[in-house]
Amino acid sequence: MYRYDEFDERFVRERVGQFRDQVARRLDGSLTEDEFKPLRLKNGVYLQLHAYMLRIAIPYGTLSSRQLRQLALIGERYDRGYGHFTTRQNLQFNWPKLRDIPAILDLLADVEMHGIQTSGNCIRNVTADHFAGVAQDEIEDPRPTAELIRQWSSLHPEFSYLPRKFKIAVTGAEHDRAVIKAHDIGLRLRRHPDTGAVGYEISVGGGLGRTPMIGKVVRDHLPKGDLLAYLEAIMRVYNLEGRRDNKYKARVKILVHEIGAEEFTRRVEEEFARLDGPSVNADPAEVERIAAYFAPPAYETLPETSRTLDAMKAANPAFARWAEVNTAPHKAPGYTALTISLKPLGQAPGDATSDQMRLVADIADEFSHSEIRVTHAQNLVLPYVRQRDLFAIWQRLGEAGLASANVGLITDIIACPGLDYCALATARSIPIAQAIQQRFADAAREAEIGALNIKISGCINACGHHHVGHIGILGLEKRGIESYQITLGGDATENAAIGEILGPGLPAEEVPDAIERIVGVYLAQRVEGESFIDTVRRIGLAPFKSAFQEAAHAVA
Amino acid sequence: MPLLDRNGTKIDAWTRSEGPAIGNLSQALVPWEALAEALPQKTRDQRIGVIVPNTVRIAELKLVLRQLSLVAVAFPAYSDGRGFSLAKHIRNHGFTGTLRASGPLIADQFAYALSCGFDEIELPDTLAARQPVEQWLKARDLISHGYQRGYGDSRNILDQRRAARAADQVRAS
Amino acid sequence: MAAVPKRPPLPAILLANDLLDGDVVFASGGATDAIVWTRDPALALVATDDAAATVLESFAAAELAGNRVVDAYLVDVEIQSGAPVPRHFRERFKTLGPSNRPDLGKQAGDGIENGRRA
Ligand code: HEM
Ligand code: SF4
Repeated sequence: MYRYDEFDERFVRERVGQFRDQVARRLDGSLTEDEFKPLRLKNGVYLQLHAYMLRIAIPYGTLSSRQLRQLALIGERYDRGYGHFTTRQNLQFNWPKLRDIPAILDLLADVEMHGIQTSGNCIRNVTADHFAGVAQDEIEDPRPTAELIRQWSSLHPEFSYLPRKFKIAVTGAEHDRAVIKAHDIGLRLRRHPDTGAVGYEISVGGGLGRTPMIGKVVRDHLPKGDLLAYLEAIMRVYNLEGRRDNKYKARVKILVHEIGAEEFTRRVEEEFARLDGPSVNADPAEVERIAAYFAPPAYETLPETSRTLDAMKAANPAFARWAEVNTAPHKAPGYTALTISLKPLGQAPGDATSDQMRLVADIADEFSHSEIRVTHAQNLVLPYVRQRDLFAIWQRLGEAGLASANVGLITDIIACPGLDYCALATARSIPIAQAIQQRFADAAREAEIGALNIKISGCINACGHHHVGHIGILGLEKRGIESYQITLGGDATENAAIGEILGPGLPAEEVPDAIERIVGVYLAQRVEGESFIDTVRRIGLAPFKSAFQEAAHAVA
Repeated sequence: MPLLDRNGTKIDAWTRSEGPAIGNLSQALVPWEALAEALPQKTRDQRIGVIVPNTVRIAELKLVLRQLSLVAVAFPAYSDGRGFSLAKHIRNHGFTGTLRASGPLIADQFAYALSCGFDEIELPDTLAARQPVEQWLKARDLISHGYQRGYGDSRNILDQRRAARAADQVRAS
Repeated sequence: MAAVPKRPPLPAILLANDLLDGDVVFASGGATDAIVWTRDPALALVATDDAAATVLESFAAAELAGNRVVDAYLVDVEIQSGAPVPRHFRERFKTLGPSNRPDLGKQAGDGIENGRRA
């Protein structure tokens, strides 16, 4: 993975010093709260309900074991012994004190980490496919691109006071695991159909929140070397033209929607043509320098499948299930990409304790070249696991309660922190996730239901991606109580779609029943081998709606 | 209103005129709406500057850039970053005169403003009192180099790496 | 400058977050007549009339200006077993902590047991 050179190192150290200075100027009154707020946000410091929150960037979801151990240490020393992995591949601590944050940032800088641009109206931490570099369906590793963008966007002089936040995601695979269509800019590495050269397909204007939209392609194929100049052109058009009169209309998706994708593209292309590309772009040697850090590890030559694994599976059905569900096909024969579920029963989705972080770091050292990934589904991945080691890993994870065999299944729920932590929330999300997990705790039934993504947000901001959940749950407030609106048919992949509302909102205690009913329709209607989302697409919303409404005791 | 550039406090040599009448002011700063009327009055040894809103179209502004010695871009609020992109546009169109940011910017934006091509900042009195010039000069240097090429910093990180690579090659050959 | 938002129905208490710590704090009666901050919601001063609410509001304004707290606002409450309880569930969580973690926050005595005064 990428390692800082002397320049990167000095940059994050100076950034910590700058934040220390900003805190001091806030305390002596030189900076008002209104002025300080965006400065702290750009270092990941929020004020939540009960305390401050620190959001730490995990660029494109890649972590070393050393970094994960440092996070565990920070969690213990300055927080309450746990952290929360988010849908943007970041980590949040929920209880830090402002007075401690400069010291925490020092500890992060020690392991080449920071909280830079994890919040605020700037270009946010770049996300990528969590199976980058190992996925079988990959055309090219997206991480060098993501790292280049991370550096280019850091403290950008021109684009640090945008109309609104700006999120970029990159994938290099056929199958979109990075939700690029719900990002302000989505980049997909692709091969040119005629020349075979690898370039970028660029989508702009995706986003969730109160006006969910799917990104529109503005360029089919941008030569790789032109990336930074093209991004500069997009950002300049947005910075000048994006709406600033209304916070809810300030995202680039609204600009693209209001002037149309064609006109937006025209303006970007016009600016791109006028720019002096060579004075903006990174030179090829720099791109190569970055790419070299992402060279694959030295793989052992192994048979395609491991006989040890097969034997262990035959002997132990619980292990077999876990090994089936939580692994993904790997480029290297005999290897697998293992997902560690952070969705065990009874735990908040995405939370991990410091002890759990340390255990995963140890396992990564022993079995995965000391590397860990964070997924947008709030799980962890060990990217370089020999199939024959799976059993040993399973046993170790089991002791720490981390061996849930539910990746991609109904209890692998994405949930934002909701009203248990978040100052903007209108309702809680964590207890809803837990109640649904409880309801579908039976492993056999869960396997029978198969792939199904439930995503929960505690308010219209949609941090829990509910719009693109196969089943989405949105927590609202109605007449002084929490009420939950259910959507169906969303999709976060290359077939990106926004879910549709099934009916009136439900009180919290009725949500598990409603989910049960929806699943019931699917089980009754599916044809052999058909997944939930495919059934929804084939039969449409109507059968689900009527089943839902029969039972719904609407709050309203 | 207090004025500063990258070296500190500066005397403002420009005189604002409310409308197009520039009389015999040697350096007259006129509002954008009045510029078309003011320009024809300009004598050979008079200099004209303009105060533009950050919504001005570069397509219009570029037509008069050559006749201007100063462009002051209004920042209605520090959080409104349009002025940074407008400055880049103005510089990209070859303007070599003085570029001024005018409004309640904060010290933490000083380095950004300079990088985008501004020469000087004109602050409201209250802000300048709360954030004295020493804070601006200190904030300017807290981050020594950026990653972006094409933002005035010839020692940006990418070019420094490139120079280091070139030096390595010379040594190797 | 962040102003104190609109006044809710009374009775009401004043809460805020401590600027340096982030903890939720409540305006409380001090030893003399002075108002001080406490981390214990049970000790919050309850304003039952406009005059008392105005006192809390001016305290909030002074404390915001003095850079000691952020996000200060009045919250309408009802009195249950002698202690003020916010009427709205959002503010109730603020006086308790995360509902999924009864071991954390004020419900677990956070910042309260170590001296009842902030
Ligand atoms: C203090 C807690 C948080 C606050 C105040 C917050 C705030 C917001 C706001 C205001 C939006 C809407 C943006 C818009 O529509 O323009 C949003 C969207 C989003 N947030 Fe958060 N958020 C918080 C926590 C989280 C967490 C925990 C996650 C991940 C689990 C997250 C990930 C996202 C994502 C993925 C979106 C939607 C994508 C988009 O930007 O369109 N946020 N957030
Ligand atoms: S969706 Fe709403 S409640 Fe959930 S984290 Fe985002 S802002 Fe908070």
